[in-house]
Amino acid sequence: MDLSAINPVLLIASLMVAATPLLLAAIGELVVEKSGVLNLGVEGMMIVGAIAGFATAVESGSPLLGFIAAAIAGAALSVLFAILTQFAQANQVASGLSLTLFGLGLSALMGQSYVGVKPPQMGDVHIPVLSDLPVVGPILFGHDIILYFGIVLTAAVWWVLKYSRLGLVLRAVGENHDAAHALGYKVIKIRLMAIMFGGACAGLGGAYISLIRVPQWTEGMTAGIGWIALALVVFASWKPWRALLGAYLFGGVTVVQLNLQAAGVAIPVEYLAMSPYLITILVLVILSADKSGAPAALGRNFHASR
Amino acid sequence: MIRLEKRPQPSRAWSMATPLVAVLATMFFGGLLFAALGKPPVEAIRTIFWEPLFGEFAFYYRPQLLVKGAPLVLIAIGLSLGFRAGIWNIGAEGQYIMGAIFGAGAGLAFYPSESFLIFPFMVLAGAFGGWIWAMIPAILKTRFGTNEILVSLMLVYVAEQFLASVSLGLLKNPEGFGFPGSRNLQAWDSAHNAELIAGTGMHWGVVAALIAVIFAYVLLNRHMTGYHIRLTGEAPRAARFAGVNPTRLVLFCLGTSGALAGLAGMFEVSGPSGQISIDFNVGYGFTAIIVAFLGRLHPVGILLAGGLMALTYIGGDIAQSNLQLPAAAIQVFQGMLLFFLLAFDLLTNFRIAIGKPEVA
Repeated sequence: MDLSAINPVLLIASLMVAATPLLLAAIGELVVEKSGVLNLGVEGMMIVGAIAGFATAVESGSPLLGFIAAAIAGAALSVLFAILTQFAQANQVASGLSLTLFGLGLSALMGQSYVGVKPPQMGDVHIPVLSDLPVVGPILFGHDIILYFGIVLTAAVWWVLKYSRLGLVLRAVGENHDAAHALGYKVIKIRLMAIMFGGACAGLGGAYISLIRVPQWTEGMTAGIGWIALALVVFASWKPWRALLGAYLFGGVTVVQLNLQAAGVAIPVEYLAMSPYLITILVLVILSADKSGAPAALGRNFHASR
Repeated sequence: MIRLEKRPQPSRAWSMATPLVAVLATMFFGGLLFAALGKPPVEAIRTIFWEPLFGEFAFYYRPQLLVKGAPLVLIAIGLSLGFRAGIWNIGAEGQYIMGAIFGAGAGLAFYPSESFLIFPFMVLAGAFGGWIWAMIPAILKTRFGTNEILVSLMLVYVAEQFLASVSLGLLKNPEGFGFPGSRNLQAWDSAHNAELIAGTGMHWGVVAALIAVIFAYVLLNRHMTGYHIRLTGEAPRAARFAGVNPTRLVLFCLGTSGALAGLAGMFEVSGPSGQISIDFNVGYGFTAIIVAFLGRLHPVGILLAGGLMALTYIGGDIAQSNLQLPAAAIQVFQGMLLFFLLAFDLLTNFRIAIGKPEVA
């Protein structure tokens, strides 16, 4: 065992990479839940985003096009969920699950001819002088553009939810859809938009895994990250900045765990590999007492006739 | 203008008919999917639904129906109890794995002695393994209010890692030339969950599944606990006034479904599968969710739905070898089925009306 092989600067830099898919998916789901909808299909939308992005990037040679395709694919899949829950009044838990089961199958089907293929590389942003700084450079100024997009998105969602009229309406729909309806807001339409936004974010997160974090395609490669993103929303008490903090925490656990594996720590690999899931459970236990941020109408369907 | 009117009471006729309509719709859209993959759609659907039952080699495939259906029914029966009460155990896959590990481990501790007591002991250990794994989300939910959906799901990934660990370590076959995986339980009479009637596929797991169906039916219709489950699912507020103890209900529903999933894992590892290995689990825990919904969360419905889902597995295998249909296509097919089922459920609770709404 050689812990000195672990470089703290690289550790932090790779922690940010590990955290980005989680952050993207969690921010999307946060908006969905703020509108009063619980979509448990994050894992399914992520994995479909992962393969759609991967395939597009390989075929077109452009990772950026891949990310766009992933967002579209994630949003498209989320429309199925929206149809089930918003129009057909189906149970949200069951619909979300069906989305995940369907997405896992669909992605495996789409990805058959992409196993073992290498995707085109997404270049890191390089800012002269700043990126070359020791320590600060690799941590703050040496990443790919999507990672920065994730942080900007967090800020944007925070601002919109807190200060804009759109955010106010969205929260009103999530707190009390009957009151919002009485005030003349289109509950179903707003929720549909929120669900699609969440789908696009989950798709981006999935593509980040297949194009940047582990640049390859394997079946079921999201391995529960979508579910951890759902837990992250609870962890964050439905607050964007806390979702960022949580994502970095979980990214940290994942990266430290991988580094310990590489360093040959005396703990068996399997026990290290289960640690992110165990820590997610632990965090859920500690934080589940605080439901202050939860939208009141979360998980309840709306139908105008009542 | 087309709009939805809520029915005063859910339509019983539609409640029975929607699973059939969903299957037909899935066949149609599944056919389109197969056509998109460049396979003959009619031929593919016929292969999946007809070949295992009435085809040339049906004598070989029919027993498989029981082998594949039994774990699905066993797990789905357990899940349906919780689903009815709004308690969502999504981690049956993990409980299934733990049941297999506990069951096989309990047996292997006595290797190579022969005794008729070993198998019953393994059954108990398997049920206990699944039960204890389900108790984790149950206790966290009742004690701390933690969401059982996320916890039970996280535990699936933990169980998968644990499975890898025991098949490489604790339960590894010492005579296995270093390959991961346990001893083959099929080769050891005392621990083998053998066919009860040769050539039928009937094993103890099938018997257990049938008992579970009867047990669940009696529980739901003749027993106070079943009444409490139904009441909690249909009117949570009324249930509280009627003196339902939510803590006990959560522990009961999660515990029962965990124990049944554990049993399914134990019967699988000691029978059809034969050994603990890294990729021993094949997603029965997740497919059982579809089975539970397709069966309308009703014991008899689940029995039928389990048979249908087993059919898609076996037919899928045949289509894979005969038509080179990718294995993942069947997974999509099963996912689609759940989609259509949830969508057509609309017709149970709502009536489609054409024209302008009357102003009240």
